[in-house]
Amino acid sequence: MDRHGRGGAGRMMRRLVVIGVPYLWLVALFLIPFLIVLKIALSDTNLSIPPYLPQLDIAEGWVGFKAFLSALDFENFTFLASDDLYWKAYLSSLKIATVSTFFALLIGFPIAYGMARAPDHWRPTLMMLIILPFWTSFLIRTYAWIGILSTEGFLNQFLIWSGLVTDPLTLLNTNVAVTIGIVYTYLPFMVLPVYAALEKLDDSLIEAAEDLGCTRIQAFWMVTIPLAKQGIIAGCFLVFIPSLGEFVIPSLLGGSSTLMIGKVLVEEFFTNRDWPVASAVAVVLLLILIIPIVLFQRNEQKQREVDG
Amino acid sequence: MTDNLEFTPWADPSQKPLIRFENVTKKFGDFTAIDNLTLDIYEKEFFALLGPSGCGKTTLMRLLGGFEQVTSGTITIAGQDMANIPPNKRAVNMMFQSYALFPHLTVAANIAFGLKRDDLSAADIDARVDEMLTLVQLKQYAKRKPHQLSGGQRQRVALARSLAKAPKLLLLDEPLGALDKKLRTETQFELMDIQEKTGTTFVIVTHDQEEAMTVASRVAVMNHGVMIQVDTPDRIYENPSSSYVADFIGDVNLINGTARVVDGVVTMSWAEGQPKLSAKSALDFAADAACILAIRPEKVNISSTKPGSAHNVVRGKILDIAYLGNISTYHVQIADGTIIKAQSANNRRLARRPFTWEDKVYLSWTDTAGVVLAE
Amino acid sequence: MKRLSWFNATSLAFGFAFLYIPMLILVIYSFNSSKLVTVWAGFSTKWYVELAGNEAFLEAAWVTIKVAVISSTLATVLGTMAAYAMVRGGRFFGRTLFSGMVYAPLVMPEVITGLSLLLLFIGIGMDRGVMTIVLAHTILTMCYVSVVVSSRLVSFDRSLEEAALDLGCTPFDAFRSVTLPIIAPAVIAGWLLAFTLSLDDLVIASFVSGPSSTTLPIKIFSSVRLGVSPEINALSTIMIGIVTIGVIVASLVTKRSVAMRAKQERDAE
Repeated sequence: MDRHGRGGAGRMMRRLVVIGVPYLWLVALFLIPFLIVLKIALSDTNLSIPPYLPQLDIAEGWVGFKAFLSALDFENFTFLASDDLYWKAYLSSLKIATVSTFFALLIGFPIAYGMARAPDHWRPTLMMLIILPFWTSFLIRTYAWIGILSTEGFLNQFLIWSGLVTDPLTLLNTNVAVTIGIVYTYLPFMVLPVYAALEKLDDSLIEAAEDLGCTRIQAFWMVTIPLAKQGIIAGCFLVFIPSLGEFVIPSLLGGSSTLMIGKVLVEEFFTNRDWPVASAVAVVLLLILIIPIVLFQRNEQKQREVDG
Repeated sequence: MTDNLEFTPWADPSQKPLIRFENVTKKFGDFTAIDNLTLDIYEKEFFALLGPSGCGKTTLMRLLGGFEQVTSGTITIAGQDMANIPPNKRAVNMMFQSYALFPHLTVAANIAFGLKRDDLSAADIDARVDEMLTLVQLKQYAKRKPHQLSGGQRQRVALARSLAKAPKLLLLDEPLGALDKKLRTETQFELMDIQEKTGTTFVIVTHDQEEAMTVASRVAVMNHGVMIQVDTPDRIYENPSSSYVADFIGDVNLINGTARVVDGVVTMSWAEGQPKLSAKSALDFAADAACILAIRPEKVNISSTKPGSAHNVVRGKILDIAYLGNISTYHVQIADGTIIKAQSANNRRLARRPFTWEDKVYLSWTDTAGVVLAE
Repeated sequence: MKRLSWFNATSLAFGFAFLYIPMLILVIYSFNSSKLVTVWAGFSTKWYVELAGNEAFLEAAWVTIKVAVISSTLATVLGTMAAYAMVRGGRFFGRTLFSGMVYAPLVMPEVITGLSLLLLFIGIGMDRGVMTIVLAHTILTMCYVSVVVSSRLVSFDRSLEEAALDLGCTPFDAFRSVTLPIIAPAVIAGWLLAFTLSLDDLVIASFVSGPSSTTLPIKIFSSVRLGVSPEINALSTIMIGIVTIGVIVASLVTKRSVAMRAKQERDAE
């Protein structure tokens, strides 16, 4: 707009500061670090400090830069593809994230539905109860499950007491425990968007559907679900995206056989000190994440258009 | 209102205008909001900018307030070129359409807000705030926050706040748009009263023609960034310069035809085999040039027998009758198919109405009742 | 008045039980006198006493709070500026890149953010410590502040700022005396969110922290890896307690102000 085109030097200065400061901050602490990861992913492992080659030597100028560029290659990515540890880890992460998202929806939807149908004066309290865990330490909430899922934990105590099982189940340090942990941690992310969608739903629509000959259940599938679709999709992405790169939950609740890519990345970096491979793992993880992120954004866009 | 009859600075060439727009153009990208506009507004005027939404009236006001910069041309206020003078350096204040009352400040603090930017003592500020509260009759609400006020009260706070600094020029953007009809009419008179008391020049933006006609000393009708007519309310109504203005202000009948002018009287043929219409006009037309006769419904007489003395008589058939209580509007179709609206006061009871649907009637009007316009 | 159906009441009950029972167990067993976390042996507050004497935990807690206060304050300033740039900045060079960078940390896996920042700090030879954690947390949390503040700015009536200018304010004055007081709730909410996220963060902090700057989550994580301990339960209970009280107080305050406002609006009629 022209509004910003003309005017005194003061206006230009203010604009420069308000835009420039956060801009530079983000470039320095987000963009550049990310480019460094990309660069190291294309480098080779080397026993030196830092443990990779080539090093860009600015003193050598353009020649040095060209030599540096020509030494970069996709070797690490070929390595990721050839060693089945990595693609198994990606696959297993995808599987755990998908299953967790499914269960989060299964548990989260009835909660959101119940909240949306609850009397008006209950809703703020119910809402607070959903948000409260979100403010509580994520680490502590994961920790709470260790005591529940361990062999002599509360769940096994309960199952044996009720006679459902005779011998304690092995739950901790399995993928099941990881899934439970993810569902538990990210449940509010599922409930909130679904609730937001259901809450907007006009009761008279259901009544109209019943009036037009639907049974309760038909009305639910033909009216409620389609109208809550966007909220459900948003909730699923909000659970799926962060669980894919999850590190804390598989480290605490998973076992040695639990393969999740976030854990592999950390081990590769800290234990094996293989920076180039760790960086390559990060780049591939981001590439995988771009698909759901783009889909999520498209869904949000659609939602905004519907809301006008 | 009687002042308006004597107050005509625009007719006096020795008067210097307070505001002068010279060839002002304002573009937003490809869109031209104001197109090469030239206009003078005089001190103590109550000037109304009237037009449909998107006609450029709000942009014109924002140019005066300093919130937009002209693309080309100059605006001068009291002889000073306004280019590159930011809003906070202008002796111009604005009353916003949304009122823009600061929600975190009390009524008194809102009014004092502008005064605190000047070098005034606390006592002076208090005195001025008090004066303003008295002016808008809100003294007992000084300690309230804006959300604790009714719509009409908020409107008055906004007015008091924008007048507190005693600006040379007050801009009012749809000041009564948020009020209901009854309150709006009352407030219109209050506004005129305050304008007279303070002697401030008011420029008001409105899309409500009735409001513009009521309050303003002059009305400017705008469309597509162009001034179509700038005139006093009565002249805008009685002597519109174009069919657009005639149609925009109030209700009007438009009859198409061709003109012949003899001694300032236009004789207009409008349909085969029908008697010609005559009207007095200041405009000159080439022989058989296309023209439009614009005539207000209340100036058209309706009767079941042929009136003897009228200059113009046309026959037609009643298609519709809109009964509004005090008056009725008859929709009458005449020879060329045009539907003419005729209004008459219901000074008899409904049951004694002389005509009904499908009746053949005579419409008549004098030669000064309508205006002949070029197409 | 709507009444909850049997089905809805059950699903709510089960849902909230799932959310709260694990935390409840954690709290109850923090008062267990036995070292074994899963066997109840009577009420005791001895773990709290032991926790109070644990220098390492207290030290880590102090570091964490320091980091959280500094980083969330920085993130609030930067995030508010970024929100302002996005909502009010109009067109500027690299706007898409800018908003992309503002929002990306929201969806970026923490391991990647942590890794990339560590590589940067190593690359420029910066010693790892409180400073590096603060910088890392600022990047993580400023995007949350931006989201919260920009949603408030979008609904902010721009004519309020124009009115302030019209009444003689300089642009900075207008921001300070009109815009800031009105967006303050969003800015405060943004700060609280940033503060909590910083308190809570384990992954990024473990990448960029040095030996002298262990935060509380890092400390908890390393001791939890060795197994469940009642001391951690006690610590968790304290943290849950603080958050619960904070959230309840905050919601009561909002509820009261909403009620007061509604009453005042009724009075105005």
